[in-house]
Amino acid sequence: MMKTFSIGGVHPDDRKISAGCAIEVLPVPKTVYISMAQHLGAPAKPVVVPGDKVKTGQIIGEPAGFISAFVHSSVSGTVKSVGPRKDLAGNPVTHVEIEVDGDEWMEGIDTSDTLAAEVPADVQFIIDRIKGNGVVGLGGATFPTNVKLCPPPGKKADILILNGAECEPYLTSDYRIMIEKSRQIVVGAALMKKVLGVGRVVIGIEENKPEAIAMMSEAVRELAVSSPDYAGMEVMTLKKKYPQGGEKQLIDAVTRRQVKSMGLPIDVGAVVQNVATSLAVYEAVQKNKPLIDNTVTVTGECFPKQSNLLVRVGTPLSYIIDFLGGMPADAAKVISGGPMMGKAVSNLDAATLKGTSSVLFLTEAQTRRKPETNCIRCGKCAEACPMGLEPFLLNKLARNGMTDELEQNAVQDCIECGCCLYTCPANIPLLDYIRVAKGEVIRIMRSRTAPKK
Amino acid sequence: MTTTIIWTIVAITVLGVLLAVVLYLVATKFKVEEDPRIDEVEKVMPGANCGGCGFAGCRAFAQSCVESGSLDNNFCPVGGNEVMKKVAAVLGLEVHEKAPMVAVVRCNGTCANRPSVNDYDGYRSCKIKAALYSGDTGCSYGCLGCGDCVAACQFGAISMDPATGLPVVDEEKCTACGACVKACPKQIIELRNKGPKNRRVFVSCVNKDKGAVARKACSAACIGCGKCEKACPFGAITVENNVAYIDFNKCRLCRKCVAVCPTGAIHDINFPTPAPAPEKAAAKLAAPAAPAAAPETPAGKPAAAGSQETGKKEE
Amino acid sequence: MNRLLVSPSPHIHSKTSTRSLMLDVVIALLPSVLVSVLYYGWSAVIILASSVVFCVLLEYLITKYLLRRPGTVGDLSAVVTGIILALNLPPTAPWWIALIGSIVAIGVAKMTFGGLGQNVFNPAITGRVFLLISFPAIMTTWSGAKGFIGGADAVSGATPLGIVKEGLMQGQTIDQIFAAHDFSYLQMLFVNIGGSAGEISALAVLAGFIYLLARKVIRPHITLSILVTVAVFSGIFWLVDPSRYTDPLFNLLTGGVLLGSVFMATDYVTSPMSDKGGIIFGIGIGIITMLIRYFGSYPEGMSFAILIMNATVPLINKFCKQKKFGRA
Repeated sequence: MMKTFSIGGVHPDDRKISAGCAIEVLPVPKTVYISMAQHLGAPAKPVVVPGDKVKTGQIIGEPAGFISAFVHSSVSGTVKSVGPRKDLAGNPVTHVEIEVDGDEWMEGIDTSDTLAAEVPADVQFIIDRIKGNGVVGLGGATFPTNVKLCPPPGKKADILILNGAECEPYLTSDYRIMIEKSRQIVVGAALMKKVLGVGRVVIGIEENKPEAIAMMSEAVRELAVSSPDYAGMEVMTLKKKYPQGGEKQLIDAVTRRQVKSMGLPIDVGAVVQNVATSLAVYEAVQKNKPLIDNTVTVTGECFPKQSNLLVRVGTPLSYIIDFLGGMPADAAKVISGGPMMGKAVSNLDAATLKGTSSVLFLTEAQTRRKPETNCIRCGKCAEACPMGLEPFLLNKLARNGMTDELEQNAVQDCIECGCCLYTCPANIPLLDYIRVAKGEVIRIMRSRTAPKK
Repeated sequence: MTTTIIWTIVAITVLGVLLAVVLYLVATKFKVEEDPRIDEVEKVMPGANCGGCGFAGCRAFAQSCVESGSLDNNFCPVGGNEVMKKVAAVLGLEVHEKAPMVAVVRCNGTCANRPSVNDYDGYRSCKIKAALYSGDTGCSYGCLGCGDCVAACQFGAISMDPATGLPVVDEEKCTACGACVKACPKQIIELRNKGPKNRRVFVSCVNKDKGAVARKACSAACIGCGKCEKACPFGAITVENNVAYIDFNKCRLCRKCVAVCPTGAIHDINFPTPAPAPEKAAAKLAAPAAPAAAPETPAGKPAAAGSQETGKKEE
Repeated sequence: MNRLLVSPSPHIHSKTSTRSLMLDVVIALLPSVLVSVLYYGWSAVIILASSVVFCVLLEYLITKYLLRRPGTVGDLSAVVTGIILALNLPPTAPWWIALIGSIVAIGVAKMTFGGLGQNVFNPAITGRVFLLISFPAIMTTWSGAKGFIGGADAVSGATPLGIVKEGLMQGQTIDQIFAAHDFSYLQMLFVNIGGSAGEISALAVLAGFIYLLARKVIRPHITLSILVTVAVFSGIFWLVDPSRYTDPLFNLLTGGVLLGSVFMATDYVTSPMSDKGGIIFGIGIGIITMLIRYFGSYPEGMSFAILIMNATVPLINKFCKQKKFGRA
């Protein structure tokens, strides 16, 4: 019996139509725009000024707070401007604009392909490399990885879970790296295992990716004989169900432990990292290569050329689209990320970020919302909610601004997976309101616990 | 048969009398002693329970007035000075009259001025739309047009104009309770002095982008050029973050700023003559100066005539 | 280029809609419809057609002229109500009985509360109970129906439940009643003439139940808990005194227990949301049904039981929440 999480979940169509496309390297554009807000927490502080010459991999932004991250130049060239530019949602964010000139890398970066499998003995060295090279979680939240790998005092992890579920339809970037760079991912996992001091590493992959399961198992087997650093690693096949890749769901699926409301995975002794993050950790530590590129799936039935591209951070979306043959005529929506949790793009001139995993094109018929009708109280939303909430109730409470009742009914536990809206037969936009109400309730809860001034 | 009916009547009557006695006893036992003046004050309140005063309702406001023993911090924006005078009479207190206020929508982003660049397909709520992205036009500061303010208004004073896609405030119905100000996620609506004869001048834009960017998104945006700031003889205008703001306490309604504004972002409302075109800046100075320069009266009663915000079209 | 669509996530939707769910229910009802048409002939066709037409027409007229809202007929819920109402009527009932039933079901029980999703009581059952109380003679007479196949002149005085009740009132024991009448359980399973159109074939109802489960339209909790409760409750009484109380299988196969538990108690709108709530709801229906059958003056209690339990649904919903993730 394959494992999966215990409550709710839905089964959207797979649609991994770009699964067979090997990763290609996207040529470097003429100009890149590197955002200073590519991670959760405080935006980085730019440390370059217009006119500066930068090399590929050079630091251009420094962390501005504990939860923040370094930002590196993904190209070599000249800084043209530093200032606000519209992001994917059209909101102004500080960007560094760099005009590309050649591709000269910083010294000390190993650009060779040889596998460096030896895990350094010095834990601090690993953490410093991860931090210094600006590695953030690539599973969606872009939480700075070095912070996540250093649990607060008194809390100890006993398991590292590598998230290879990729439960969102369409997305194949994790799948491709698991096939093409499986050994590197396993080395990355061993590095994080060393930092956390845990004995067990589980790589969770959904059953619909047999090739990835085979390749990763092979890599684990191969490396396990080479060094004790690779002991205690296993690949676990998970039953296909969305949202398996949700942090809390994945921990539940793998360990049967449930993270408490408002709690963190570390509370149940688990740390979850995406496979793409693991690859970034490998490159940062073993190759000293900053996080300046990532694999992006460009897909959609209406898009002429399915592909998985290795893209430099800061490449404008319009450049990627033009490179692949331009915007299809019947594409109605462009999504950064998957169709369940991704963000709709309103500004195609915006540039990719570290955490950009996909550019998805959907047609009007696929994505246009249907008119909302009466709730028939079928309870399908509650059945689908992986957190065991009652979206129909939360939606009503949210529309009436009843924050106390919202808190009692655990709106703060919502993970915004979208199962409720996906499944609602009456097309009620349940999550739209719940998401906003969740933010308000969490703000109220924080202000209550925060020390009064 | 008859006896059954008689007995029924007797039984019910006795039961009724007994219950009445019980109710009376309970009522006297649990009677809450309250200052009778609270009831009196509540009677003169508008009774809208809108919360515009900062209290949970009219009764809570009345309680606060009675208990604090002063009206300095208590003001009913809905009832205005008239109601406050009545409250003062009931309690024998002094009241500080306030100039009547009105909600003002500071956005010029009509469909013509600010073409939409994408289609919003989520739930029609400004709050949700604002949390998602910058909006369906090039301007990330302007009105989102989903009507959260309309829903928030308890007095039916705001409606969406289908032609412009912007909310319109009915000055007669607006009580300046501030509900729309709180409801607007873009902080576009502001409570401003209603002004003598309802005349007022304000910058109808909150776009903080640099001039060129703002202008590209909306042809009637404030571009922060500062011409109005220089033209204002009373120092009422400040330009900060690429957007001008008129302090209504200093403004004397001379309308020099309206004349010099290159984009028509500054609006003048309810003036008898149409706002002069920018080219004719010099010519306009004389005429409307008289009423405008009149000292700022508290305007005991709001102008009776129903003057709609009709002058609110782009020049 | 087209203007891009922008909306919050998720950007895709399952293919399920209110309409598709209702269509599944209609499909699940077809076996029962078919059996009743075959065995009651034209009279069943007339009552089915008039009931569905009146329900749909009433909903259309009310939404258009009274509520002045966009039409909701397209969601097929009125069709479902119409079919269920017809299956609850004696096939020999005149067409105007269907009209009155529809007025009560759609006009009173559904639209006054605000239409689909807002009603407290199941519309079809409300209609049936109204008719049962107002026109007891018509509602309990089965005669003169001529089927397309089998039982040429399907004439039967009363339902098995009615016969048993009658017999018990006259001081007979169950054994005597059963000896006098030939109750074949096998016949009840397939086709048992004598009963509302939907009551006559247990197998047809079960086929619909399996279809609904397979299509994941309903979950089995409510139906199964009703059936189990009816079986256990009657089993206990039967074991205590088989001369006064009918046996569990008889109670499961007769009357509206199957039809009610599969199609009426599982109505989304008027049943609890959670599985736990559904089980409590089902147990309540089972107990009330059997109390009425054994001790009440009516031979059958399914409709009353469902209506009574409908009223408790908000309370059940409040107290039976599903388990939340990561909370004790």
